[in-house]
Amino acid sequence: MSEENIIEVKNLVKKFGNFTANDNLNFSVRKSEIFGFLGANGAGKTTAIKILCGLLLPTSGEVNVAGFDAFKQRNMIKKNIGYMSQGFSLYEDLTVKENIEFYAGIYGVKRSVIKTRLNELVEKLHIHELKDEFVKDLPLGWKQKIAFSVAIFHKPQVVFLDEPTSGVDPITRRQFWDLIYEAVDDGITAFITTHYMDEAEYCDRISIMVDGKIDAMGTPTELKRLYNAQNMDDVFVKLARKQEII
Amino acid sequence: MIPIIFIMPFVQTLILVYAATLELKNTNITIVDLDHSVISQTLCSKFEASPFFNVNFESGYDDDTEYLLLTEKTKAVLIIPENFENDLKSGIKTQLQLNINAIDGQGAGLISIYVNQTILSQLSNVKPFANKTNLQVMPAKINANSRFWYNETLNFKHFMLPGILTILVSMIGIFLTSLNLVREKEMGTIEQINVTPIKKWQFIAGKLIPFWIIGLLVLGIGIGIGIVLFDLPFRGSLLTMFVFTCLYLITSIALGLLISDFASTQQQAMFTIFFFFLIFVLMGGIFTSVESMPEWAQNINKINPMYYFMKIIRSVLLKGATVFDLINEFFALLGYGILALVVAVWQYRKVN
Repeated sequence: MSEENIIEVKNLVKKFGNFTANDNLNFSVRKSEIFGFLGANGAGKTTAIKILCGLLLPTSGEVNVAGFDAFKQRNMIKKNIGYMSQGFSLYEDLTVKENIEFYAGIYGVKRSVIKTRLNELVEKLHIHELKDEFVKDLPLGWKQKIAFSVAIFHKPQVVFLDEPTSGVDPITRRQFWDLIYEAVDDGITAFITTHYMDEAEYCDRISIMVDGKIDAMGTPTELKRLYNAQNMDDVFVKLARKQEII
Repeated sequence: MIPIIFIMPFVQTLILVYAATLELKNTNITIVDLDHSVISQTLCSKFEASPFFNVNFESGYDDDTEYLLLTEKTKAVLIIPENFENDLKSGIKTQLQLNINAIDGQGAGLISIYVNQTILSQLSNVKPFANKTNLQVMPAKINANSRFWYNETLNFKHFMLPGILTILVSMIGIFLTSLNLVREKEMGTIEQINVTPIKKWQFIAGKLIPFWIIGLLVLGIGIGIGIVLFDLPFRGSLLTMFVFTCLYLITSIALGLLISDFASTQQQAMFTIFFFFLIFVLMGGIFTSVESMPEWAQNINKINPMYYFMKIIRSVLLKGATVFDLINEFFALLGYGILALVVAVWQYRKVN
């Protein structure tokens, strides 16, 4: 594995019985880049993410995340990554502060460190009052921002974002992306899935999965040129349509 | 949630113990005294003095007396026949007649026992006539001096309370544990937990230990209420009770965990729990004696943790039983707890 790559996947295959969810995936993600992992529903994205997060065992292939093997060192992978799903699973009946302390505690962050980072976070997001509110009382946009902050609170090497911005307005999405850029500036790698093609343009590189295979990979500009498309939306539709014709 | 958990023992013990009572008190009884002798009169006054009965006298037994039974104005009619005293003192076999409204069979049985008890205690010291022709003849001395052990006053509350406490503790263990875990699935937080490096056993321990402690606290409160308000005796040692409660809570918490493994919504969990809970409670002997159940039912009770705990809590509180007296129950619960916990944890790991 090269020094540069934080995620390296070679010939990854995942089968559920006769069904092949991931068919020979090959890709790598560089340190501190924003990697967009696109694909239609049911293309096999979620399976791939679960494998990368150490939740599922691959059937065959080589998978390396943050320097650890996805077959044997799944718990080490879990220690070095952050994860945020579209459900942004915060505890609704705990306050923002309690959620942060709880999750940070699980990752073994020291109490004193939690305290300093919490203060920094409160300053950064201006949540002096919000931090003592129950999560269930927060608006959706705030829940997402807090969930993201929780996911990177323990300073993981990679953060996996599974459709993090579904269901919020464009302004909040823009603010959310500012947070992602900041995290990447701090050296965290972001691995993100989304159905919003404008968001795909924000990524450094993207891959597009169709039916368990990666059909296209490159920077948004490269892909647009390759498929002779105006924007990422066109690229996505062309790829999907190609599949329909076959 | 927390207020409910701690209000629960108060409400359950106070309401249920008073309401779900089989105890006899102020039972209406009619006495028809056809003998009008000294003995029959003392018998009547004995009944009048008893706290269990409200006595109403009738001069004769006819349709009107039966009407009293029919309309539930009276629960039982006791008829003292003519020549009762004479026959008794002469050693001639004589009988009292007791007609009881037995729609509530259990209650009728109790009335019969109470009435018999009252009569026997009065008549056992009847002196026979001096018989000049044969000094040897003595009436059979009636000696039926029953003592109700472990519950001398036949206080039904002392029987009910441990049963209700068992339900209380089981609710904490089974309901709270499984609903709490299933809620994590519903909320999606379990997904987040699974991507963290937390170990499965750490997560499970973090879930189970709080309910274990809450269960102990709630039982403590329940017993406290029983002692203060219901005069519940605590004849066994606190340590014995503590050991058994710890064991039983492990079992019920493990069952809660097991149910949560299979349920993906709180609705499913609730339904499953109710199914088992009702069977466990009713078969475990909360209202009825397990010994009088048919054999197949008693066999089912061998896998009913509530049966063991109800027996244990009653024995420890009312009889002062020790761990050694209840060694079978001890090992049954221990085995049950370990088995349930192992299966539940193993299943949990498999599912998640």
